Amino acid sequence: MDTDLRKKYWKENLKYLAILISIWFLVSYGFGILLVDELNTIRMGGFKLGFWFAQQGSIYVFVILIFVYVRLMNKLDKKYGYNEE
Amino acid sequence: MSDVQIWTYVLVALSFGLYIGIAIWSRAVSTKEFYVAGGGVSPLANGMATAADWMSAASFISMAGLISFAGYDGAVYLMGWTGGYVLLALLLAPYLRKFGKFTVPDFIGERYYSKTARVVAVFCALIVSFTYVAGQMRGVGIVFSRYLEVDINTGVVIGMVIVLFYAVLGGMKGITYTQVAQYCVLIFAFMVPAIFISIQMTGNPIPQLGFGDTLSDGSGTYLLDKLDGLSTELGFAEYTSGSKSMIDVFAITLALMVGTAGLPHVIVRFFTVKRVRDARKSAGLALLFIAILYTTAPAVAVFARTNLIETVSGKEYDKMPEWFSRWETTGLIAHEDKNGDGIIQYVAAPEVNELTVDRDIMVLANPEIANLPAWVIGLIAAGGLAAALSTAAGLLLVISSSVSHDLIKNVLNPGLSEKGELWAARISAAVAVVIAGYFGINPPGFVAAVVALAFGLAAASFFPAIILGIFYKKMNSQGAISGMVVGLCLMLFYMLKFKFGIFDGGKEAIDGLKDDWWFGISPEGFGSIAMVVNFIVAIVVNSFTDDPPEDVQEIVENIRIPSGVGDAIEH
Repeated sequence: MDTDLRKKYWKENLKYLAILISIWFLVSYGFGILLVDELNTIRMGGFKLGFWFAQQGSIYVFVILIFVYVRLMNKLDKKYGYNEE
Repeated sequence: MSDVQIWTYVLVALSFGLYIGIAIWSRAVSTKEFYVAGGGVSPLANGMATAADWMSAASFISMAGLISFAGYDGAVYLMGWTGGYVLLALLLAPYLRKFGKFTVPDFIGERYYSKTARVVAVFCALIVSFTYVAGQMRGVGIVFSRYLEVDINTGVVIGMVIVLFYAVLGGMKGITYTQVAQYCVLIFAFMVPAIFISIQMTGNPIPQLGFGDTLSDGSGTYLLDKLDGLSTELGFAEYTSGSKSMIDVFAITLALMVGTAGLPHVIVRFFTVKRVRDARKSAGLALLFIAILYTTAPAVAVFARTNLIETVSGKEYDKMPEWFSRWETTGLIAHEDKNGDGIIQYVAAPEVNELTVDRDIMVLANPEIANLPAWVIGLIAAGGLAAALSTAAGLLLVISSSVSHDLIKNVLNPGLSEKGELWAARISAAVAVVIAGYFGINPPGFVAAVVALAFGLAAASFFPAIILGIFYKKMNSQGAISGMVVGLCLMLFYMLKFKFGIFDGGKEAIDGLKDDWWFGISPEGFGSIAMVVNFIVAIVVNSFTDDPPEDVQEIVENIRIPSGVGDAIEH
């Protein structure tokens, strides 16, 4: 297998990981924990926003993140001819 | 027999019949089927099986109750036990699937070209799995005793026989398909009461939205505002803000997330699918299925807490509804009339408070507190059993494969035939069930405490070794082994010191030691520190020792590319 191709594929993969993991960190540790008091001053219906992120929002984002990753990687695999039947 | 009991018997019997039927249909005939279900499970089935594997008696029975007493702080469990799947999907599952072996110690042993590394990994896997499985068997016994009025021990034995039957017969293949059925049972059992109660309290059929909605009594007050008001009135902390320190919340969440991603019985599920892309997808589906329960649990927590306060606080003891006395006999709820006025004082101050409530009651008795029909109450028992049995089976498989595959086949007796190994796997599964059952019947006092810490142990040992094995090509065996050993020992030390008070005179000393917590972090959260230490030790030792051999670096290159999984198709 072509080493250059592999390296490029891996680099793109790492770039996706860095972006997705940053979002993962932001919604859970950022919005749900570190910034919770600030966000709690904002209200969304009956929810204080920080509380909502800690007990609901972050989980929804986690699910979305994985499916975004699945899509991105399937595309990337195709681009490099690493996809399988 | 009451209606509730008849429904409970019928539903439990039906679900057990289903599991046994599936077990007979899906017997394992090769080691590959026994360890990884032949490697041909569909992503959807694997997603459901992973969800059931993951959600234990603790998730089903205890979590909503924990949250309802912890308020905002309960978020550590919600985020901690779901966020780990992002790490699993992005950083572990696809690569481990590509690597394509049977167990986690398999990966550690081969990636770090070392029998010592494999044995250390087996040791970690056994510690984590045994502590966890004992809790599950106990959970089975408790559900039996509370709903079907059999003795706890008889309950444990019934559970043992069922698990023994399908784990020994079907191995991973049997477990996978029973777990799919168990997921359906447990999610149905959790959602139905939640939806009923949500409609009752807020008029909103979706619990996730309901607990942020206004009350259905027409007052226009938001449910959460009302609960905040009630809580502060009685002297408790405001529900939507917590009482733990921010750094501890952070550390516990991290330890649980990383621990989840490092738990061998979860990781091994991703060895069972056909292709790398299936591993990614099934991780997403698993989290989706888990999220259905995990986003409902905080709603249940709020409904149950509000209902409980409104029903009992400041009310006359003689006028309590029927469920109150029924659960009083189980010891889960107790009233001690301290001032002799016949009224239940439920407040935060311990010297005035007259009511003690076990957290588990919030899920177990919730349908009764909300006056739901008998069949809904019967569902809870079937759901709790499904949750406990599915997790127990997954853990038993990890134990049996660690012993038969990693210890016997790879270390002690490499000449063992395929057939011999399959028998070794069956026998170790059977022995493991018996040991787990023994601990279920005679629970050592520390089980409950240790289950929570199993995550810390997994975070402190496996996670860094696996991550470095994939993302750091030059990581060598000396680095990885020293990291694992130091991480594990540090975690054990912290646990023994601050959770059991071993060095300071036992359990009584624990509260006094809180001020000495390192960085203000509780033993539950310390796994995150031990993990960081593991990473540092591994990298430092690595920099002083030789690079791994070329062929190992080639393996790492290879697992990073998804194509060419090869031999997995046997279905």
